[in-house]
Amino acid sequence: MNVGTEAPSLPSRPRWLRVVGVAAVLSTAATVWLGLWVTPPDKVQGNLVRLVYLHPPIAWVALYLAFGLAALSSLLYLWRRTRSLFWDRLAAASVEVGVVFNALTLATGMLWGRPTWGVWWTWDARLTSTALLLVLFLGYLALRRVPAEPEVRARRCAVAALIAFVDVPIVHFSVIWWQTLHQGATVLNANLSPTIHGSMAWTLLLGFIALTLVFVWMVTVRYRIEVLADRTDAEHLEVSLAERWAEGDLDGVPSNGANGGNGANGGNGAGGVLRPPTRVGP
Amino acid sequence: MWRDALLVAGKDLRIELRSRVALWQVLPVAVLSLVLYAFALGPVRQTLASAAPGLFWLAVLFSTVLATQRSFAIEAGEGTRDGLRVSGIDPAGVFLGKAAAVAAELAVLQVVLWGAMTLLFGVHVRVVWLALVASFLATIGLATAGTLYGALSAGLRVRETLLPLLVLPVLAPVLLAASRAWSGALTGSVSSGLSWLRVLGPFAVVYLVIGIVLYGPLLETA
Repeated sequence: MNVGTEAPSLPSRPRWLRVVGVAAVLSTAATVWLGLWVTPPDKVQGNLVRLVYLHPPIAWVALYLAFGLAALSSLLYLWRRTRSLFWDRLAAASVEVGVVFNALTLATGMLWGRPTWGVWWTWDARLTSTALLLVLFLGYLALRRVPAEPEVRARRCAVAALIAFVDVPIVHFSVIWWQTLHQGATVLNANLSPTIHGSMAWTLLLGFIALTLVFVWMVTVRYRIEVLADRTDAEHLEVSLAERWAEGDLDGVPSNGANGGNGANGGNGAGGVLRPPTRVGP
Repeated sequence: MWRDALLVAGKDLRIELRSRVALWQVLPVAVLSLVLYAFALGPVRQTLASAAPGLFWLAVLFSTVLATQRSFAIEAGEGTRDGLRVSGIDPAGVFLGKAAAVAAELAVLQVVLWGAMTLLFGVHVRVVWLALVASFLATIGLATAGTLYGALSAGLRVRETLLPLLVLPVLAPVLLAASRAWSGALTGSVSSGLSWLRVLGPFAVVYLVIGIVLYGPLLETA
């Protein structure tokens, strides 16, 4: 397989990306302003309720948008008719963003849990399955870092993403049963009080929109980085191949600088073997 | 497909019978881990008895990682994978065969661990059929999911460290459900044990089907 043909062309930066980025910053700032200054503190939870404007939107991005998109694009990659490295890179980008948001979901949940429940962690069904989900997709990222040809890596990662994704409902139901068969009622009932209305409801809605925009922006940027990384890899390979071939050429020539020592014993024969017939030259 | 599966399973088990790696390496490690768990928890009989089903399945879980690693280490030899690929054997058959061989090894391992658990922790299985059904379903789930990930990480230089990270979170529901089911079998509470078969059953079926469908693309990646 000729490596040179795999270098993907750099997609031009889409104009809507900047619009999405600006909108993401503005809506996030508005959410922060509304959440911290405009909305009133909750009757029961006091100022702690302000985390509600952040925590559910983050969880929504991680658990539904990011991992859903990753599973969908992995499936589209594996399906022969739609097989394209586009889907592979999209899956990689959204898993990476999803893992960050998944970790943030746990972190914001713990920040809220410590003052509310008195503990950082409880073996609640939702917490446990979210933590397992984080480890599942960390495995995907680890698999992605294993060096391989783009197609091989793409197929491997797509299969891994699908296996992991199928596990999500099983994990979820099993920990729910584990909970209900072992301890009392779940503690998360107090999470989103049903009496949310007015400015609080609007702020929460804005939070969802803001973080969805942040997600779209991050995935698009991450996708471009993925394309650039693949391109750099392919170029590096080309350059180092050319260097090796150039060394092979030098072997035939009488000693020249650093190469002189190596070429002393049997250099002529090796030079002939190493020299490729077609690939020499720029 | 079934005939191919039998051929592959027979080949794997024959290699195992001749090399005895699982018997002399995986099995002792599993028994050793039961002893180590006892060290970690202290010698109080009651603590050990209540933790026994969980520790038993934890030992089986880690052995699954070792068994699948071994199952793909025997394919790592010069051109063995390619040989298997060009032999005209259905990929689904290869998957079923390898998973069946791993399952057979895990079944033997569980029999030995069962004995060790009875001796070391002083617990007795009261509802034998429940323990057997749970074991059967859990073994299918462990072997199929393990084989899938084994194939995924086969041939990678980092497979020893990568495989546990990939496979252990996926197998977590099996650990949970099988320990709870066995807990029911040990204490004699059939109904609570039975409900966990509703996790083990679907898990086994889902990964069996995924393996049959996705093993073909995985074999190509080598």
